[in-house]
Amino acid sequence: MISYLLQQLLNGLSLGGAYALIAIGYTMVYGILRMINFAHGDEFMMAGYFMIFSLAVFPWYFAIPFVILCTIVLGVVIERIAYKPLRSAPRMSVMISAIGISYLLQNLANYLFTAMPQSYPQIDILKHVYTFGNISVSRVTIIAPVLTIVLTFLLIMLVNHTKLGMAMRACSKDQETARIMGIKVDNIITTTFVIGCGLAAVGSILYFTDRNTVQPYSGSLPGLKCFVAAVIGGIGNIQGAVIGGFIVGICQIVITAMGYSVFSDAFTFALLVLILIFRPSGLFGEKAVQKV
Amino acid sequence: MKVKEKRNLILSIVAVLLCCLYLFILESDSVVHSYAITIIERSCIYAVAAVSMNLIIGFTGQFSLGTAGFMCIGAYITGVLTIPVEMRDQIFYLYGMASWLHDIKLPLIVTLILCAVVCAGIAALIGWPVLRLKSDYLAIATLGFSEIIRAIFGWDGLGKITNASYGVSNIPEFKSIFECVIISAVCIVIMILLVNSSYGRAFKAIRDDDVAAEAMGINLFRTKQLSFVVTSAFAGVAGGLLAVYMRSAVTSTFTVALTYNILLMVVLGGIGSISGSILGAFIVTGSQEWLRFLDREYTWSELIPGIGNTGFGAMNVPLLRNGFRMVVFSLLLMLVVLFWNHGLTGSKEITWDRLINGAKKLMRSKKEKAVSEAE
Amino acid sequence: MKRSKLFGIALGCLMAVNLIGCGASSSSSSTGSDAASGDTIKIGIFEPKTGENGGGGAQEELAIEYANYVRPTVTVGGKEYKIQLDWQDNQSDKTVAVTAAQKLIADGVVGVVGGYGSGVCIAAGSYYSNAKIPAIGTSCTNANVTLGNDYYFRACYLDPFQGEVMANWAYSNGFTEVATIDNIGNEYTSGLVKTFTDSFTVLGGTVVDSETFQTNESDFKAILTNIKNSGVKAVFAPTDYLYAPLLLNQAHDLGLDVQWIAGDTWYSNVLIQDAGDNANGVVADTFYSEGGNPEFDAGFKEWLNADASRKATNLDTDAIVGNHAVSYDAYMLLCDAIEAADSLEGPAIRDALAALDESEGYACGPYKFDANGDAIKNTSYICQITSGEWTYQSTETVQK
Repeated sequence: MISYLLQQLLNGLSLGGAYALIAIGYTMVYGILRMINFAHGDEFMMAGYFMIFSLAVFPWYFAIPFVILCTIVLGVVIERIAYKPLRSAPRMSVMISAIGISYLLQNLANYLFTAMPQSYPQIDILKHVYTFGNISVSRVTIIAPVLTIVLTFLLIMLVNHTKLGMAMRACSKDQETARIMGIKVDNIITTTFVIGCGLAAVGSILYFTDRNTVQPYSGSLPGLKCFVAAVIGGIGNIQGAVIGGFIVGICQIVITAMGYSVFSDAFTFALLVLILIFRPSGLFGEKAVQKV
Repeated sequence: MKVKEKRNLILSIVAVLLCCLYLFILESDSVVHSYAITIIERSCIYAVAAVSMNLIIGFTGQFSLGTAGFMCIGAYITGVLTIPVEMRDQIFYLYGMASWLHDIKLPLIVTLILCAVVCAGIAALIGWPVLRLKSDYLAIATLGFSEIIRAIFGWDGLGKITNASYGVSNIPEFKSIFECVIISAVCIVIMILLVNSSYGRAFKAIRDDDVAAEAMGINLFRTKQLSFVVTSAFAGVAGGLLAVYMRSAVTSTFTVALTYNILLMVVLGGIGSISGSILGAFIVTGSQEWLRFLDREYTWSELIPGIGNTGFGAMNVPLLRNGFRMVVFSLLLMLVVLFWNHGLTGSKEITWDRLINGAKKLMRSKKEKAVSEAE
Repeated sequence: MKRSKLFGIALGCLMAVNLIGCGASSSSSSTGSDAASGDTIKIGIFEPKTGENGGGGAQEELAIEYANYVRPTVTVGGKEYKIQLDWQDNQSDKTVAVTAAQKLIADGVVGVVGGYGSGVCIAAGSYYSNAKIPAIGTSCTNANVTLGNDYYFRACYLDPFQGEVMANWAYSNGFTEVATIDNIGNEYTSGLVKTFTDSFTVLGGTVVDSETFQTNESDFKAILTNIKNSGVKAVFAPTDYLYAPLLLNQAHDLGLDVQWIAGDTWYSNVLIQDAGDNANGVVADTFYSEGGNPEFDAGFKEWLNADASRKATNLDTDAIVGNHAVSYDAYMLLCDAIEAADSLEGPAIRDALAALDESEGYACGPYKFDANGDAIKNTSYICQITSGEWTYQSTETVQK
């Protein structure tokens, strides 16, 4: 029984780790631009496809940085094309643009790589299986939460203790003032997308290595769930997003294990509504969300 | 001015009559025209959904994405209550239909009204917490509700009532194309009346400036709630119609993608324009069918007659491959959003005056061109 | 006044748009009828090219193309007609399936062959029967496809039969306790799990653990951990192909070492490609086992190998699976019925199908349809993956 619980907990932690890395991207972009980057989940899906192709050409130690680079380029291009021209447009236009990009990426993936699930390459060093008595875990299951925590720690150091981080915080507090103070807001926004997409690419490697297949729609629901994770943790708050990611991941595993797989997605959204009603600033958020 | 009004009235009557004539022609030989009938029926149903979505997004300025969820409710209500009693045991072969429900069969109109009432009730309940949220949060919370509704209908615990996610099939089809078109038209007319009433003006006031609207004495929450309830009620009716059209109601139809598809129609037609939404629904539904050739592989010789079957003619036309159609659609959406963000109609209604003026302008510019070329 | 203007114009637009649409559709169909005006008839192919069953659909399309190559014409009333295939993609989606069926009817097809997956066929079935166009299902195994539909026939066997076969196999191979995995919302999987559970219980076995998952799920670790905890030695998972490699690989990661038992969908060479060593030992049943009809095997292989793109569609092998055989047969059945009826009218072809009793010219004949329109079949082939290859295990027969 204990080994069963431990095994399920490990499943939840590994899922949560991947969610956490994606949630960071949402929380940072929302923190600065006040918009849900609906396409973030699909950038994460594209990272999965990039991996399939790059691993066919390169050994894994080249392929991984290459995939991260490609995803970052994709994210920045999307920001330049779809979000930047709409900086001064009403928020609804930006949101529709984000949905449009998400729709485009899904259809593009469907067109380029077909709707058939593509099998995700197995990186041998990640797939090694350890067995402790009754528990079996692959290496990636252990790496996921550890790597997430290390990366989060580095990111927090960056945000809190460097000039760049200070500029990012300034932009998220008040963009106009930040601009007046001589901060190049556009560059900061690009940096945010670079970090968000880089982490999403890492998250995608962890997520898909565990799941073995990528298909055009495999980014959309995880994407929404990660946004929920970011909201639960308090939008704009990096530690919050990570903890939110783990909460969402573990809840999902628990509910599925209890036999209510139908409600595993629904529960995440129910959690979101509850949080928004009772604690709109999330578990760790500072300022209250604007309300009517 | 009087003359113009008279002219417009006559034009309207002629247009309606022509429409009816066209439908009669289709109906007179429904087997031959079944494909055109299908497209028109689907367009009408989506038009109801698009106009209802426009009511909350375009007129009230609240970014709600719950349409698919309410359509799901409507579809299942219609499905469960209209399938022939003798088919029910066969359809519910996995769970068996609940005995209290087994013999209840209602006419389509009654079920559609029921859809509207139930959806309105649920919307009122959901709206209470959700409408306090703003833009992005509202969007994601309504999207979430739509997923929750889908999960509830797909839950095997309710299998005796909903047949879970296996869905309800064998729903009787529309008796004729008129049934579908008239019901859709009535729904749209009701929404037009609402938009042009004082409630409609209150919606627009909130959209343009909610603080000012509140200062003018508009009860923000009540008004938003009303808009949300009406939107959801008609989304429910559209869902019911969709179920009849597809002859089945299945949860997998009502995903986020359906909401996005309807959003595409609203944005393309012009946010805040009812005629735009209708046009958007027809154009998107229609062109999704006519552009099917984009999904096929062609050789050049098939497209350009008379270049022979060798060399260049035997080569495949680049890009055309399965899935290209949807890429074209999403690119179109992006272009509209980025460069033409008022959509086709630009948040104004299409009227005869606008059309005739446009036509006149076009003629004039052609004439001028001809003149300048002659010189 | 303004309202009437608006409404009028809206209606006007609808009409204009639809006139264009009708023009487009009639022009496209007229190009078809130009060809048909001479001596061509159309047969509709209703298969998923895309969506979750796109892979299975592609395999069936290959076999139909081959069948059309073998038999490009039919003779009706002493006149030879060339058969033109009208491909419509149902995208494995019940909504699209309806439109695809309508398109086929509007194109004036004589009969329909297809498709893979029961859900889409159930959705489209009533349209065919309303239009009086006979359809022959290839590998849609759910009973509801043909039940109550006079115009839908089926070349393969049914879920209850398949479930019973697998239950027999499991019990006779010493598995008395099994777990099942059901995909909620998938008629094929749920139907099989139900009949398997019923038959297995009657035989004296117990289903210890029945797990469920949702369509499009990709994370099975939670339910696999549950199965591991239940301690069973065999798992019955008749899911769509899509989930097979995920289940196998994730089970391997969790150290779940069991006998996997599945339905005909898993019998595919892609599985060996996708799941590698983890696929070893998997047992599945199929409509047809390679070697059953050497003539068909040889002809189809030659045709496949003649064109690299065909072979690529078949995942770069020339291995023959059950879906190939039943699709080939479905096409041949329709042609035979057209010739037997000596007519291009739907009702006549339907009657000819109902009366058909043929044994020659099929990959896995003989064929005869029962009152529901299902081919009477009592044989299924059990195959297992051993060292990276599907190998024939046994032939199971169930007496009805």
